[in-house]
Amino acid sequence: MSKTLNLVLHIWRQKNRDSRGGFVRYEISDVSEHSSFLEMLDQLNEQLIARGEEPVAFDHDCREGICGACGMVINGEPHGPQKLTTTCQLHMRKFKSGDELYLEPFRAQAFPVIRDLIVDRAPLDRIVQAGGFIGARTGSAPDANSILVPKENADRAMDAAACIGCGACVAACPNASAMLFTAAKAGHLNLLPQGQPERTARVLNMVSQMDSEGFGHCTNHFECMEACPKGIDVDFIAKLNRDYLRANVESREVNSSDNSAG
Amino acid sequence: MELKSQAPTGPIETRWERHRFNMKLVNPANRRRHTVIVVGTGLAGGALAATLGEQGYNVKAFCYQDSPRRAHSIAAQGGINAAKNYQNDGDSVYRLFYDTVKGGDFRARESNVYRLAEVSVNIIDQCVAQGVPFAREYSGLLDNRSFGGAQVSRTFYARGQTGQQLLLGAYQALSKQIGRGQVQMFGRHEMLELIVIDGRARGIVARNMETGEIRAHLADVVALCTGGYGNVFFLSTNAKGCNVTATWRAHRKGALFANPCYTQIHPTCIPVSGTSQSKLTLMSESLRNDGRVWVPKNPADVTKSPDQIPESDRDYYLERLYPSFGNLVPRDIASRRAKDMCDEGRGVGPEVNGQRRGVYLDFKDAIQRMGKKAVEEKYGNLFEMYERIAGEDPYKVPMRIYPAVHYTMGGLWVDYNLMSTIGGLFVGGEANFSDHGANRLGASALMQGLADGYFILPYTIANYLAQTPRNTADEGHPAVREALDAVRTRTEKFLSIRGKRSPDSFHRELGQLMWEKCGMARTKQGLEEALAKIPAIREEFWNNLNVLGGASELNVSLEKAGRVADFLELGELMCRDALVREESCGGHFREEHQTPEGEAQRDDENFSHVSAWEFTGTNSAPILHKEQLEFEYVKPTQRSYK
Ligand SMILES: Cc1cc2nc3c(=O)[nH]c(=O)nc-3n(C[C@H](O)[C@H](O)[C@H](O)COP(=O)(O)OP(=O)(O)OC[C@H]3O[C@@H](n4cnc5c(N)ncnc54)[C@H](O)[C@@H]3O)c2cc1C
Ligand code: SF4
Ligand code: FES
Repeated sequence: MSKTLNLVLHIWRQKNRDSRGGFVRYEISDVSEHSSFLEMLDQLNEQLIARGEEPVAFDHDCREGICGACGMVINGEPHGPQKLTTTCQLHMRKFKSGDELYLEPFRAQAFPVIRDLIVDRAPLDRIVQAGGFIGARTGSAPDANSILVPKENADRAMDAAACIGCGACVAACPNASAMLFTAAKAGHLNLLPQGQPERTARVLNMVSQMDSEGFGHCTNHFECMEACPKGIDVDFIAKLNRDYLRANVESREVNSSDNSAG
Repeated sequence: MELKSQAPTGPIETRWERHRFNMKLVNPANRRRHTVIVVGTGLAGGALAATLGEQGYNVKAFCYQDSPRRAHSIAAQGGINAAKNYQNDGDSVYRLFYDTVKGGDFRARESNVYRLAEVSVNIIDQCVAQGVPFAREYSGLLDNRSFGGAQVSRTFYARGQTGQQLLLGAYQALSKQIGRGQVQMFGRHEMLELIVIDGRARGIVARNMETGEIRAHLADVVALCTGGYGNVFFLSTNAKGCNVTATWRAHRKGALFANPCYTQIHPTCIPVSGTSQSKLTLMSESLRNDGRVWVPKNPADVTKSPDQIPESDRDYYLERLYPSFGNLVPRDIASRRAKDMCDEGRGVGPEVNGQRRGVYLDFKDAIQRMGKKAVEEKYGNLFEMYERIAGEDPYKVPMRIYPAVHYTMGGLWVDYNLMSTIGGLFVGGEANFSDHGANRLGASALMQGLADGYFILPYTIANYLAQTPRNTADEGHPAVREALDAVRTRTEKFLSIRGKRSPDSFHRELGQLMWEKCGMARTKQGLEEALAKIPAIREEFWNNLNVLGGASELNVSLEKAGRVADFLELGELMCRDALVREESCGGHFREEHQTPEGEAQRDDENFSHVSAWEFTGTNSAPILHKEQLEFEYVKPTQRSYK
C-alpha cells in the first residue's frame, strides 16, 4: 500500500492579464505519494469541476522535464523544493501530509500573468529571435564530419544547450534578470566553431533585446542557478560578460575602420 | 476515388532526383506573393516554416504551446538515424532503406522510404551546421550508436536529449525568420477547422487560446505537421497536449485517414504506479544496449526484492528466446513478450488494479563490465529521470519497465509529394502515414520529421504553388464563414451541455477501452466490443459533459473537450481498421493471426495495401479505399529475429 497525503493549498487565482489576482485556499486529501505534483493538481481540478468551480490553469505539456512549459513558485521556490527538478517531475513523496503550500506564478515584470499560474514568457523567444541562432541555410551545409569539434567543447556546448527555456531563473532572480537563460543560449552557440562568424552580432543583439524586454540586471546573486532545473552553470554568465566586452570592442573596431575607409 | 501515389518509377536510386528535376519551381521574386500556413512547429513544421521563410515565402506558423520550442519533438531522447556510414560498418542508403521497409513489415511505399534514407545524410549536415551539439568522439568526429533492432551504428545523438537539440536547431532557424518578419508566429493558437475552397485547402480557423478569439487565416497552401494521435489511449508517452484535432478536422473535410490502427508500443517505459497517473514516461530504448531484461522464473518470487533472487532463478527471456538479437529485438516483439511474462503472473512492481505490470531492466552486469562512471556518462540523465519518478536508484535496484503507447504510424494519407487527398493540403512528420509502414524503427521519426520539413515539402509545396492560382477568397467567402460558424457552434455546444462529467473522465474511459481492445494485442471479439461501446461513450459525452467557464477566455477544459470529442471519433475508426485488417503486421497484432512461435503472421496476398478511410459522417460507416503496395526491391519475407 502506498501512502497518501492531505494538503492545504493556497493557489494564486487570476482571471486574465487585466484583473487582479489573489490566493484562494483549497484542501485536498488522499493524494498518492507516487503522484506527480501536477497529477495532484489534476486531482484537485477534477474535484473543483465536480463542485462547479473553474479548474486552476497551469502550463504543462511533456510532463517529462524537457519542454519547459511547466513552472510555478511553490512556497517561494520556482519549481519547488527539489533541486534540478521541474514542477512536472516533482513527486508528492517529497512532501508530508499536513503540509501547507503556496502556489504562485513565476513573477517578473517581463512575464505578465495570463491566468492563474500561467505567465507570458514570449520575451524569452524574442531574445532568441534577436540572435540566438546560426544562420545556416537549408541545404547549404558541408559534410557533418568536415567540421571537427573537440569533445570538451561539444560537451560544454551541450551543457549550455540543455536549457529548457522555462524561465525559473528569471523568477528566482531578485532583479528578475534573464541573464542565465541568455547566457546559456549564447554560450551554446559561441562555444562551437560553427557559431564563430555571427558571434559578435549574436551577443550584442541578444543582450540588447534582453535589456529592452524589461528584465533586470544581473548583480551576481546566483539564485538563478539554484532554481534552474537543468543545472545551467553561472560560469556561462561570466562567459557572456566576457563575450559582450569583446563584442563591444570588435564592433567599435569594425565601425571605426568603416569610417576611416570612407 | 482512386488513390494515386504519384510515386516515380524506374531505378529507385534516382527517383527523387528525377522527380525533383521535373517539379516546377517558384521564382525567388514571386515567392513573397505566396502565403503558406504551417500548423505545428515540431521537427517537421519547425523545419518547414524556417526553410520556407528563408526562401522568401510569407509563412504563418501555429502551435498550441506558448512557444514553438516546446513541440512534442523536444521529448525524443534516443537519437536520429542517418546512413552516413561514419563507422564504416557496412551501412548505406540502401541498407537503411532495406531496414526501414523490412522494419515496417512491408507495409510502406518503397519510393518514399528510399527517399527518406537518401536525404537522411543531408539532415545530419544541416543540423551540425546549425550548431546541434551531437555527441563526439575524442577525435572531434561525430559519435554514433546502434539502436533498437539495427545491426549497424547509424544513430546520432545528443546525450539523452536528441529531440530537444534537433528541435532547438529548427526553432533557432525559425526564430531567425520570425525576427526577420518572414514568419509570423501564432503561439497558443489551436487549429480547429480547415478551410476548403473549390476543392483546395485555403486556410484554417484557429482559436487564440488566451483570449478565445476565433479567426480565419487564409493562405495559398496549408501544411499540417501536427504530430501523432497516441493520446487517444489517454495514457501514452506523448505530451499531454498532443491531439488529433488538426488532422481529424481535415479528415472530416475530405482528407483520407490511412492505417489508423498502426500504433507503436514502446517496450521501455516506466510502469503505471497508480490510478491518478496522467501520462507515461519513456526510458530511451538505448538502455537496451546495455541493460538486461528479466523476470523471476517463479511467480512466487515476484514480491521479493530483486537482489534476493539468485541468477539461477532469473529468466532473461529475450536472450533465451532470441539468442542472436537478445535484448535488442524490435519494439513490438520486446513489448509483447513483456506482456506475456506479466500475463503468466511473473510481472514485478506494485499491484495496480490487481495486476503487476512490470519487468526488470538490469544494469548490474553493465556496471561491472564498463564501470559505474561509463554507465553514468552514457545514461546518467535517464537514470536520474527514473529515480525522480519511480523513487528508486537504478544503480542499485534494477529499473522496472513496461510497454506503453508511443508512436502512431497511421495518419493522413499522402502521395509521394506529401499531399493529402485535398489539393494544397500537405502533411508532414508523424501526422502523415507515409514512411514507416506498420512499424517504425527506433530513431527514424526524428529523421522523417526533418526530412519532410527541410528537404521534401519545400520542393513539393513550391511545385504545387507554381501550378496553382493564388487564393483570392476573403473572409466573406461562404466556405470561410461556414468554417467559422462550425467552430463557434461547437464551442457553444461544449459550454452549454453543463452535465456532470469532466473532459478528462471521458478521455480516461476511452483510453482504457482502447488500450484493452485495440492495444498491444487485438482480437475480433474485443474490437467488436469496442466498436459497440465507443458510440455509447460519445453519446454520453455530448449529453453529460461539464465544461465550466466561458468561450472568450483561457479555458483549459474547453480545449480538452474539443480534443476528446475528436479522439472519440478517431478511436472508432482505429478499431474498425484493426478489425478489417485480418492479419498481423508490425504494430498491429491480431491474436488470430500468429505463427506457431507467436510472431506476427502477415497476409501479403490480401493485405499488401494501405487502408485509407473516407469520412462520411459521425455516425455512418466510413468508406475504405486501398492503395496497393508493390515491392520491386525488397521482397517480402517473414520477419525472423530468432
Ligand atoms: C518520449 C518520446 C521519445 C521519442 N524518442 C524518439 C527518438 O529517440 N528518435 C526518434 O526518431 N523518434 C522519437 N520519438 C518520436 C518523435 O519524437 C516524434 O514522432 C516526432 O518528434 C514528431 O514530430 P512532428 O514534427 O511530427 O510533431 P510534434 O513534434 O509532435 O509537433 C506537433 C506540433 O503541432 C502542433 N499542433 C498539434 N495540434 C495542433 C493544433 N490543433 N493546432 C495548432 N497546433 C497544433 C503542436 O503545437 C506542435 O508544435 C519519441 C517520441 C516520444 C513520445
Ligand atoms: S537557464 Fe535554467 S532556469 Fe533558466 S530558462 Fe534555462 S533551464 Fe530554465
Ligand atoms: S511539462 Fe514539460 S518540462 Fe514540465
